[in-house]
Amino acid sequence: MTNHWVDIKNADLVLIMGGNAAEAHPCGFKWVTEAKAHRKARLVVVDPRFTRSAAVADYYAPIRAGSDIAFLAGLINYLLSHDRIHHEYVRNYTDFSFLVKTDFAFEDGLYSGYDAETHKYDRSTWGYQLGEDGYVVTDPTLQDPRCVYQLMKAHYARYTPEMVEGICGTPRDAFLKVCEMIAETSAPDRAMTIMYALGWTQHSQGSQIIRTGAMVQLLLGNIGKPGGGMNALRGHSNIQGLTDLGLLSNLLPGYMTLPGEKEQDFTAYLEKRSPKPLRPGQMSYWQNYPKFFVSTMKAWFGDAATADNDWGYHWLPKLDKTHDILQVFEDMNAGRMNGYICQGFNPLASAPCKIKVSGALSKLKYLVVIDPLATETSEFWQNHGEYNAVDPTRIATEVFRLPSTCFAEEDGSLVNSGRWLQWHWKAANPPGEARNDQEIIAGIFLKLRELYRTDGGAFPDPILNLAWRYKQPHSPAPDELAREFSGRALADVTDPKDATKVLVKKGEQLNGFAELRDDGSTACGCWIFAGAWSEKGNLMARRDNSDPYGIGQTLDWAFAWPANRRVLYNRASCDPAGKPYDPSRMLVAWDGLSGRWSGSDIPDFKADSNPADGMGPFIMNPEGVARFFARDMMADGPFPEHYEPLESPLAKNPMHPDNPLARSNPAARVFEGDRENFGKPDRFPYVATTYRLTEHFHYWTKHCRSNAVVQPEQFVEIGEALGAELGIRSGDPVRVRSQRGFIVAVAVVTKRLRSFVLDGQPVHTVGIPIHWGFTGVARNGYLANTLTPFVGDANTQTPEFKSFLVNVEKIQRVV
Amino acid sequence: MTLSRRQFFKVCAAGAGTTSLALLGFSPDQALAEVRAFKLARATETRNTCPYCSVGCGVLIYTLGDGSKNVRSEVIHVEGDPDHPVNRGTLCPKGAGLKDFIQSEGRLLYPEYRAPNSREWQRISWDEAFTRIAQLMKEDRDANFIATNEAGQTVNRWLTTGMLAASASSNETGYLTHKFARSLGMLAFDNQARV
Ligand code: SF4
Repeated sequence: MTNHWVDIKNADLVLIMGGNAAEAHPCGFKWVTEAKAHRKARLVVVDPRFTRSAAVADYYAPIRAGSDIAFLAGLINYLLSHDRIHHEYVRNYTDFSFLVKTDFAFEDGLYSGYDAETHKYDRSTWGYQLGEDGYVVTDPTLQDPRCVYQLMKAHYARYTPEMVEGICGTPRDAFLKVCEMIAETSAPDRAMTIMYALGWTQHSQGSQIIRTGAMVQLLLGNIGKPGGGMNALRGHSNIQGLTDLGLLSNLLPGYMTLPGEKEQDFTAYLEKRSPKPLRPGQMSYWQNYPKFFVSTMKAWFGDAATADNDWGYHWLPKLDKTHDILQVFEDMNAGRMNGYICQGFNPLASAPCKIKVSGALSKLKYLVVIDPLATETSEFWQNHGEYNAVDPTRIATEVFRLPSTCFAEEDGSLVNSGRWLQWHWKAANPPGEARNDQEIIAGIFLKLRELYRTDGGAFPDPILNLAWRYKQPHSPAPDELAREFSGRALADVTDPKDATKVLVKKGEQLNGFAELRDDGSTACGCWIFAGAWSEKGNLMARRDNSDPYGIGQTLDWAFAWPANRRVLYNRASCDPAGKPYDPSRMLVAWDGLSGRWSGSDIPDFKADSNPADGMGPFIMNPEGVARFFARDMMADGPFPEHYEPLESPLAKNPMHPDNPLARSNPAARVFEGDRENFGKPDRFPYVATTYRLTEHFHYWTKHCRSNAVVQPEQFVEIGEALGAELGIRSGDPVRVRSQRGFIVAVAVVTKRLRSFVLDGQPVHTVGIPIHWGFTGVARNGYLANTLTPFVGDANTQTPEFKSFLVNVEKIQRVV
Repeated sequence: MTLSRRQFFKVCAAGAGTTSLALLGFSPDQALAEVRAFKLARATETRNTCPYCSVGCGVLIYTLGDGSKNVRSEVIHVEGDPDHPVNRGTLCPKGAGLKDFIQSEGRLLYPEYRAPNSREWQRISWDEAFTRIAQLMKEDRDANFIATNEAGQTVNRWLTTGMLAASASSNETGYLTHKFARSLGMLAFDNQARV
């Protein structure tokens, strides 16, 4: 979230699209209710299902699963063509006036540089025109046909209300009604928040759906404002934190990136990640990358990381490509992997295409599962009848199952969606012999290190040099680890402007990332968490819930990254002169007397930068402003474009009916063999979408008696029209089949799912709640990912669980 | 004197004996709440966070047991933390069942091992597990570690063993796990955010 849960109460309009907060994030959704009750805010829900969020909405618009970009692109067209945008904001805080290279082009659904063989773009034309001074050329009059504004206007003019209706199935008047309501928040003192979740991410173009939403928010001037922002409602309690800490194939802590194999030169690696400002007077905060990087290496490798060995640069693995979970299961299935460790993650249920995942795990030599619960993954080799019909005697994988503690049995911090690092305390001892994850990782690591120390082996250097200075090496304590990622001074840290002034004494915890240095004098495991545990103590454990400004900014509750800021880009809540657009909801403001920014939040800005100096509010971007034109940063294009899901009921992309290459995302990565595993509408005519129920959490709560009691049995939802067509009534057992397998479940026939007419054909939606499996106390069921296709978003490789094709049949079931 | 359950609880915790308070006429409005307060008054209150969705609701976990060496504390109740600025004491149907997660019969109690082609788990000790896992990892790493690629560039990566990290483990666990995985040269490394 750019903003946070409580801040939703400051919204004038709430758009929930690609999520269902009322059921999936109920206690956060209360802040929508609060905004409605106390601010007369209105709630708009756009969703394929009439969810419980929709049930309390002021307006609900139905949409076909997988067509969100078309809807939002139509909205952009509406805002631009009706001139309902926040002019001062877009002119000053976005790239509207930037000129794009003359050879950048978009034709027939493809951007310049497409290679149909590799399904990849050469992105070299996706950039700005640079002047001789090295800065981007701009046209403040916005008349130049190559300026971002003009290009964008032309790009989205194609998304007329008729086109939106033809792609999304949303009735024209419903679409226009939503546009009208949203357009009202272009007023400087009105704010809309967008709340989304996996309904936007789990698509082959998920990242671009989210970008389109962000573009809408920028046009309206809603980013950086209280009650505004782009608010991802993350699905698990610490997915935010694990991502912040860089636990993804290609990342390092704090959104730093691992080097590619071509990056042999350390200085060049740093330079590439420390971009110079693209406009005069801009901050481009990533220029501090070397400080973040060296400090992380000092935290990881201690004294062994020195200037002479480039701080251990070559101890880090170098990427040939991203080894995301889909790539890994592809490799595993092809027999290219031998071992796998699953820590609190149940991929047999969570990764797409269960049969492929099961086959892949069966090819491993060893699998280690660390979990508090008996997961399906740990028993993938066991026969569980129809729900897991495998023959154990033919699976040669050695499996270890290690019991870990749960939240109640450990100290530590989790990052919620609002970026708050909240500390929790151990309440009870773990059952049996269960150990916490830190002990388990340490247990494996110390054995390994001992083996390398005594026997030698392949490149032992990083293993032997890894800093492991914990008081009990077999059980690193949460407070030791928290101090380590928060950071400390290894030598006195002095003021860059006055070397006699010591900011932090040697050995002390740092106050924040501004104190990081690139000379090895600071160690900090994750720069964005810097200061979470300072000399003042553990700020994550703070529990003062006072809200002095009355707008929900509880700055002394826990710690928010970065630097305890609660609303990102908050300088954009003020006009160029530094005056808040809405003084009654002030986040920050320029105080000319003191020459500083201050207010109810920590300024996300250079605290003493006079507005007259013209620094832009998007300080992480070398442009200083927000980008509508994504340059070369997205795999599938600088402007989002509608493509059909890989499995779609439509034979053609209505935007590009004559170009088969532009039917689905041209840059999607599809593995050999998976393309044949995509279903066609002739055999699988219905659009399926997966989701959670309010009574269950993922595949965990089927292990909990009370949750299993309230939702005991697997079901699927179909609309009344489809029910009538197939002769299915509520309670009937049905088989839902995709190209990859089938599940059997009880049918719930409901008004909540309506049918669309697209291209003269009726299109029905089948709803598939995900919570069942073959372990736990709820009734056994089929893993929903038996059905889902093995393809992900072109940028993140997040699998397309939210729109694929199935068929449904009524069956006789002997119970 | 009107006391909410929570205020009543605070008063009790402040030292005055509950029985004498009740005798003096200080009692919460509802008898039901009173019974609960008595039960919770003997319990230890620990502040924690719901481990399910990312709203991150504050919870209070109540345990019985005085902390003595041989006494195992028992979780008797979990409820929303009224001081928490986001959930303000509420929990959703998921969070309301947290006690059943802590005490689920699906909780694993000891390390287990499944031999190749076997139909069964067998119980092993932690030391056996760590020893065997470390051995398997080292054999695989030593056999398949790639120090340089075909172009002769230093790459120092290990692709044949991978790891998936948790979505609900703490930052402290995540940080240590990252350090561990990269020191081995792992790239097939992801967390639940990917899906
Ligand atoms: S109680 Fe419900 S809303 Fe709160 S964190 Fe847990 S799952 Fe999310």
